[in-house]
Amino acid sequence: MTPLHATLLVSALLFGVGLAGALARRNAIGVLIGIELMFNAANLNFIAFWRYGPHPEALTGILFVLFSIAIAAAEAAVGLALIIALYRHARTVHLDKVNSLKG
Amino acid sequence: MTADFLILSLLTLVGAVAAVSLRNLVHCALALAAALAGLAGLYLHLQAQFVGFAQLLVYVGAVAILIVFAILLTRGSDSEPDGPPATRGWVPGAGLAAAAAGLVVAAILSSRALAPSLQSSPEAPVRAIGEQLMTRYVLALELIGILLTAALIGAVIIAMTLPSRRSAEHKPQSRTSTPDL
Repeated sequence: MTPLHATLLVSALLFGVGLAGALARRNAIGVLIGIELMFNAANLNFIAFWRYGPHPEALTGILFVLFSIAIAAAEAAVGLALIIALYRHARTVHLDKVNSLKG
Repeated sequence: MTADFLILSLLTLVGAVAAVSLRNLVHCALALAAALAGLAGLYLHLQAQFVGFAQLLVYVGAVAILIVFAILLTRGSDSEPDGPPATRGWVPGAGLAAAAAGLVVAAILSSRALAPSLQSSPEAPVRAIGEQLMTRYVLALELIGILLTAALIGAVIIAMTLPSRRSAEHKPQSRTSTPDL
C-alpha cells in the first residue's frame, strides 16, 4: 500500500465518521461537529493528491485547502450564530424538537 | 507508511470517533480539537507546513473555541441527554455512513488511477504560496475576503437581538409586570 492509498483511506474513514455524526446526532452542535469533520476529510484529500500527484509545483492543492479553510471558518461562524438564534427562539438545540414547520 | 503517519492518523480517527459518539458535548468539542490537531500533524507530515499551521490557528484555535462558546451559550437545553447511542436514528445514520465510507474505501483499493507517481518530495515555501495568492489566485483571494466579511457581519446580525424589536417586545411586559415603577 502506497502512502497515497493510506492517506486516502484515513480520509475516507474520517468522512464516514463525520457523516455518521451529522446524520445521527440529535444536537445541532453535534451535527455541526460532524460537518466540520467531513470538511477536513476533503482537505486531507487535497493535500494528499498535492503531495503524491503530478505537478506539485503548481501548489493547486495547497491553495485550494487554504481557501477551503477560510470558507469553513465562515461556515462555522454562521452555523453557530444560527444555532444561538435557534436556541433563543425555541429554547432548545435538539433538532427533533424544532418541528414547528412540520405538517 | 511510517510510524508517525500511523500515530497521527490514529489520533485523528480516534478523536473523530470520540467527537461524534461521546454524550457530553464539551467532551465532543475537546475530542474534535484533538482530531483537528492530529490532522494538522498529518499536513505537516505531508510537507504542507503552511497549511498545517493555518489548520492549527484556524481550526484548533478558533473553530473549536467557537464551538465551545456555542455549547456553553446553549447550556440550558443540555439537561436532556442526547439519547443513548443505540436509539432510532443512530443505527440508520451510522449504517448509511458506513456504506458510504465502505464504497469509497473499495474504490480507493481497487483504483488503478492511483499508481504511484515519481516519489518527489515537493515543497511549498510560504514565498511561493504568497506569490501565487497575489498573482494567479488574486481574484479568489479578494472574493474570500468579501465572503468572510459578509459571513461575519451576517453571523453577528443573526445572533444579535435587535434593540428596537427587543424594546418593543419587552417594554409593555415590564410595565405590566411591575406597575409600581
